[in-house]
Formats: sequence, C-alpha cells, structure tokens
Amino acid sequence: MSDIIVLRQGLDIPVSGAPDRLVSKSMTPGTVAVEPFVKGLLPRLLVKEGDRVLCGSPVIADKSNPDILITAPASGTVQEIVRGEKRKLLAVLIKTDDRQEYASFDTTDVRKALLASGLWTYIVQRPYGVMANPAVTPRGIFISAFNTAPLAADTEFTLGGEISMLQKGIDALSSIAPVHLSLDGSKPDSPFTRLKGCTVHRFKGKHPAGNVGVQISHICPIRKGEDVWTVSMPALAAIGRLFATGRLQLRRKIAVGGPAAIEPAYIEALPGTPMKELIAFWGGGAENVRIISGSILSGRAVGAEGYIGRDDDQVTIISEGYDKELLGWINPLRFNQFSSDRSYFSWLLPGNKWDMDTNLHGGPRPFLMNENYYKKVLPMDIYPIFLAKACLAGDIEKMEKFGIYEVLPEDLALCEFVDPSKNCIQDMISCGIDLMLKEMA
Amino acid sequence: MNKIFEKGGKLYWLHSTVDAFETFLHVPGTVTRKGAHVRDAIDLKRLLILVVIAAAPAALFGMWNVGYQHGLAMGQTGVHILEYFWFGFLRVLPLYIVSYGVGLAIEFASSQIRGEEVSEGYLVSGFFIPLIVPVDIPLWMLAVAVAFAVIFGKEVFGGTGMNIWNPALLTRAFLFFSYPNYMSGSDCWIAFRKGETAVADAFTGATPLALDGPAQYGTGFWDLFIGTVPGSVGETSVIAILLGAFILLWTGIASWKIMCGSIAGALLVGWIGNIAGITDIPFYMQLLYGGFAFGTVFMATDPVTSCQTECGKWIYGILIGMLCITVRLFNPGYAEGMMLAILLMNTFAPLIDNVVTSVHISRRFKKFNVA
Repeated sequence: MSDIIVLRQGLDIPVSGAPDRLVSKSMTPGTVAVEPFVKGLLPRLLVKEGDRVLCGSPVIADKSNPDILITAPASGTVQEIVRGEKRKLLAVLIKTDDRQEYASFDTTDVRKALLASGLWTYIVQRPYGVMANPAVTPRGIFISAFNTAPLAADTEFTLGGEISMLQKGIDALSSIAPVHLSLDGSKPDSPFTRLKGCTVHRFKGKHPAGNVGVQISHICPIRKGEDVWTVSMPALAAIGRLFATGRLQLRRKIAVGGPAAIEPAYIEALPGTPMKELIAFWGGGAENVRIISGSILSGRAVGAEGYIGRDDDQVTIISEGYDKELLGWINPLRFNQFSSDRSYFSWLLPGNKWDMDTNLHGGPRPFLMNENYYKKVLPMDIYPIFLAKACLAGDIEKMEKFGIYEVLPEDLALCEFVDPSKNCIQDMISCGIDLMLKEMA
Repeated sequence: MNKIFEKGGKLYWLHSTVDAFETFLHVPGTVTRKGAHVRDAIDLKRLLILVVIAAAPAALFGMWNVGYQHGLAMGQTGVHILEYFWFGFLRVLPLYIVSYGVGLAIEFASSQIRGEEVSEGYLVSGFFIPLIVPVDIPLWMLAVAVAFAVIFGKEVFGGTGMNIWNPALLTRAFLFFSYPNYMSGSDCWIAFRKGETAVADAFTGATPLALDGPAQYGTGFWDLFIGTVPGSVGETSVIAILLGAFILLWTGIASWKIMCGSIAGALLVGWIGNIAGITDIPFYMQLLYGGFAFGTVFMATDPVTSCQTECGKWIYGILIGMLCITVRLFNPGYAEGMMLAILLMNTFAPLIDNVVTSVHISRRFKKFNVA
C-alpha cells in the first residue's frame, strides 16, 4: 500500500446545497447537443440537418487530423446546427430516438477504437490541457479517482458500482502508457482500491487535492518537452464500457447542487443534455440564477438555454449577487458572508454552510498581497502570482520558469477565489497557455 | 451609478470619484464575469482598513505624547490625558488634512486619467505619513513631499500595487533631504505655539538617538517602551506599536518573517557593536530607539514593496535590521537609519526575489525521478 501524500494547503469552500446521494431523475432527453468545445480541435462538420446518426456516429472531425472525431452521444436525427458570430459552430442538436441504436466498434486496436468512438477527445494532454495528440506516447496517463471541488459529484456514489468497467478502461489505457490512479487517502475502504494494473497514489487534503494537475505535480512534475495525459473518471468508465461492449455509452450520474438548487440530488443523463430538462432544480425564472456546468470554481456558466458540458458530472445553481451591501466591507462581523481571511470571523463558525452568490465582493485592483497569501490554498511547488504576472506580461521565458507546463486554470481557481484584488487569475493563466500554444507550436 | 457619470456623460471626469464614494458606502452589486463564480468576501478595503486600525493605537498615543512633550517643555508635570491629547490632536489634525487632502486629490485624478476605480492604497499611506514626520513640520513642506511621493513614487509606476518604494517613507525621505533643518536637531520634535520656547531647565527636545552617548542613558527603558519621549508622532511608543503588530500578524497581512528578521538583524549588529566597543548602548535598547519598531512593524512589512517569496522575506528583514543599526553606529551625522534601510531594501527586494526563485527553479526538479 502506497504512502499517503498529505497536502496541507487548500480550502474546502463551505457552500450550501450539497446533493443528496440519490438519483432523483433518470432521463433520456428529447434532444442532445454535440458541442465542439475541445481545446485544440478545429471543428469540421460531418453531418447536415436531417441526417440520421447512431450513438457513436461521427458528427464533427478535427480539421488538422481527420482521425479525431466527436461523436453523437445518442442516436437520432440531426435537428439543427447552431452557429454563432462569423458562422462559428456552437452545437449540433440531435433529436433523440425513443429506442437507442448503437454503432458498434472494433476494439482490437486501442488507439483506433478510442479515435473512432470519439472517446479520444476526452483524453486531455498536459501541458496546456489540449486534446491528446494520437502521434504521442505520453509519459503516463493520470486519473484522479476523487473530486474535491465544491459540491462535486462523489465518484464512489456515481461509479463505485462499475468497478469492472473502470478496470476495463484502465486495462485499455495501460496498453498505451503506464496508468497512475490517485485515490482519496481519507477513505481506505473505497471500492476503487480493488482496481489493478495501475500505480496507485493516495492523497489527503482539502481542495484542490483532488485535481489531477496538483496530483501530477506531487507524483512527477511535468517538465518541458514531456507530455502526460489525463482522463476523468466518467470518461474512464465510458472507455471501459466501449471495450466491454463495443458501444459508446456516455450516460452518467450527474450531481446537481448549489445554494439556489431545489432539492439538490443526482440525475442520470447524457453529456449534452439541455439544461431546460433540469428546470425543476431552479423552478423557472432564470434571471437571477446562474446555471453552471461544472463547479463554482471552474465551471462554465451556460445558462438555462445551455447544455451539460461534454465531460462534466456536476451542475451547480447559484443566485446572482446583484444586491448591494451597505457598508459591507467595514462591518466588523458580517457573519452572512464567508471569508477564509482572518479579518472576518467566519473561522468562528466551523461547519457552517454559506448561501453564496456570484457577487464579486469588491472591485478589481492590481495584485497587492504576497505569494504566501495565495500559496496557502495551492499545494503545488510553484509561485502562482509570479506565474500570473508572467502570463499578463506575455513573457514566455518567465512563464516556463514559474511552471506554466504544470498548471491548468482550474488548479489556480482557489487563488482566484481568495484574491482580495479580485483578479481573474484563471483567465490570466488561460491567456498565458494560449500564448504558449501559439508560440511553441 | 447615475448616467451622467458614465462614459460619454457630462460629468464623466468625475467618474472615478463618484465610484470611490459609492463603493465606500456599500459593497457594489457587481457579479463575477470570468473564472470562479463565487469569491471570498475579503477585498482590499477590508485589508487596508485593518492596517489603519492596527496603526491607530500608535497614532492616538502619539497625539497624547505631542501634548505631553509640550507640557514638559513648558515645565508642567502630570499626565493630563484629555488635555494633552486634545492639544496633540489639534496639532496632528492639520497634518492629516494635508496628507489625505493632497494625496487623495492626486490619487483620484490619476485614477480618472487611467480610467480605473480609485484604489484604497492611499488610505494606509496617508494614515502613516503624519505618524513619521516631526509634528512641527510646516504644512506646505508636507504638501510638497506628499505630492512628490505619490506622483513619482507611486502613480508613475501605475498606482497602488505597482510601486517600488513605500510612499510614506518616500515622503519622509523627501523631507529629510530637502529640508534637513526641519527634520533633525532638538527643536523640531516638540510642538510649540507661536512665540513659545522651552522654559523648563535642562529640557531637551531631541530624540534619544540624537543625544550624545552618556545622555542617552537618561532615557530609561520604560520611557522608551511606553513612548514618553520626543520623536515623530507615531514612532515613540513601542507598546502601542506591538498592539498593532499583533493585529497585523493575527490577520496575516504583515509577515512575521520580516518582523523577526529585522529584529534579529538589529540585535546581531547591535551586539557586535557592543563587543567591538563601538557603542555603549546595550544591543536590546536599539529596538526601542527611534523609528525602528514602527518601521519594522508597519513599513518594512508593506506587502507591495517587500519581498514576495518566503525565503526572500527573511533575507529582506534581516538586512533591514542590520543596515538600520549599522547606520546608527557609524553615522554620527544621521542617527536614524530605519528609513533609509527600508528604502534601500525596497529597491533590492525584486533582486532578492529573483535570486530566490531562480534557486528554487533549478533545485525543484532534482528531487523527482522520471516515472
């Protein structure tokens, strides 16, 4: 049994609305959306309105590598192709069949099967967090078996019953590169301990201990010129199902929570399910709620007209914080707001859960506090503010020096949360990564 | 906000000012647009008001001490808390009016020029400036010095968070080099009314540092610790400063590494001075004299101008303490080394950080083996 790596830095944001461990709704939506939002993929449309697709049929291909496909998560008829400004492809809507029909895949060659089924686009390549390059053999494939983000889906609940499928997924991936699995060190009897054929690491700590990027930096940090791949747990299960049955089955349990969610619970649905199908969770009027596919830290605000993200197993619903708070910043107690800073008194109420909203709680300012203020929520051996400033300046040499290869925006989300200067640190990192991609290509 | 203050409106030139007062009254209803959808309730206003609260004991004591020193010079005895405080308050108030008036006017104007919200940084600098100047400084000099420090020390670099030197200390340095007669000697530290001179026999208004060796013993440990000695308004009382240090350390705004480093550095050089026979002052007394305590707690720990890295903070703090006492021991013409020690280390802070991060980068990959 491997040693537990204890991460002391971090913060579990005490936000209310954790989902109950029950599946309150299991749905096959009337339409599903296929979104082309895969970093590094230039979409080329393969279908037109009215076409029939099977579950697993290609819908979008990558322009630079036509082997890389995004496939339909359900069978049906292409209903609409949604385009935005400059005819940018936003989504392909598929009206689903009542009875699902599956395309079948030959699973003898792992890489070919992953590419053909579209599951390849669920593999993320670091540095930069782009889709995996089929020509690359990575140093390792890293999987985090637990999620520490606020209100995140509990993987033991969502996938604890599918150990054999997860095992099949690990077997398939380990034919490409060594698989590293990170388990929650605080749960020694987790069902995932039965998984074999991979190197097991154990992590214990507050968020972001469950972020795969943080885990990699403690297992073996990414150096310049190295590539590693990461796969999420729901995607790993889908890969396992592909190699067990020869079909693409993306159905997953999704946690729906948040302070503004009504009866937060899990649902069973497909990625690409319209948020409209979840309307019961916020009860109609969507003007004053923000509907996020993902967590409150790094999720995408998709709104009531949006769709569940392709690799998300979490939906968060929070109120918009349009209210002004009279003399809020000078109020000595202010118990209705959470702060991790000692200048407020939230620390007097451990265990309390706050109904947080999207208020910024201040105005944007230049960075003022030191590295250490941010490093207390970042269990990585990097300098987050030097890195953010290097990204702002577009200084590639400094970005390399301060660890741009090791981070994705989500890893620094907590730094952004605690920042008293209200800087968009994730956005800075993201711009830095885009610059690296452009310059280093 | 009213439409006339928005871009294109008639009163757009007042935009930053109106916004500053509006956000002063209430936390605005702005919501997150990018990145994390929820944010911590902490903001710069809250952080910086805490620094002001931490410095308040030193300021209040300083006002009383202004009255007390005046009383001593007039040959009075007793502590007369309210009477002396009121005298001192009336003498210090004009300094505050000038400090905030000039500084904020420049701050508001430059925020408007940059099209940004007014930053709270000057809230703290403006509070510190009257505390580190002699109470009798002519107000026009203070106004010129504040204008210099805010414009050339801060705004030209981009405002709060971008400055290299501590603006409050830069104000003091400007006064010191431009008007040395008002910043040293034995007259400037006591507030006199027009036409008054000291009547008490054997009264000296010099700060203990400026006295010759033996005379310094006249100022006892407890006088210095409590702060009933002449000096800049806020710097004399070590006990009031320690109260502030406690608030800053508890909230984590100031770094204990810088404070401890500075004290360690000062003790070390003071001790060497004792051993080598350069000075008769016991090394621990160096911590109580002059602006050392105030500088260590409030000035050296300024998060913008100090080192960013934890290791760098130790180096930075220790060097400040060492430099301060070195100046005191070897420069008879200028007995107060703290201001220049901090400004010098402000200058070198980025260099220290650069060295620390370079060493860190070159070392960090060595401990991992490729999987």
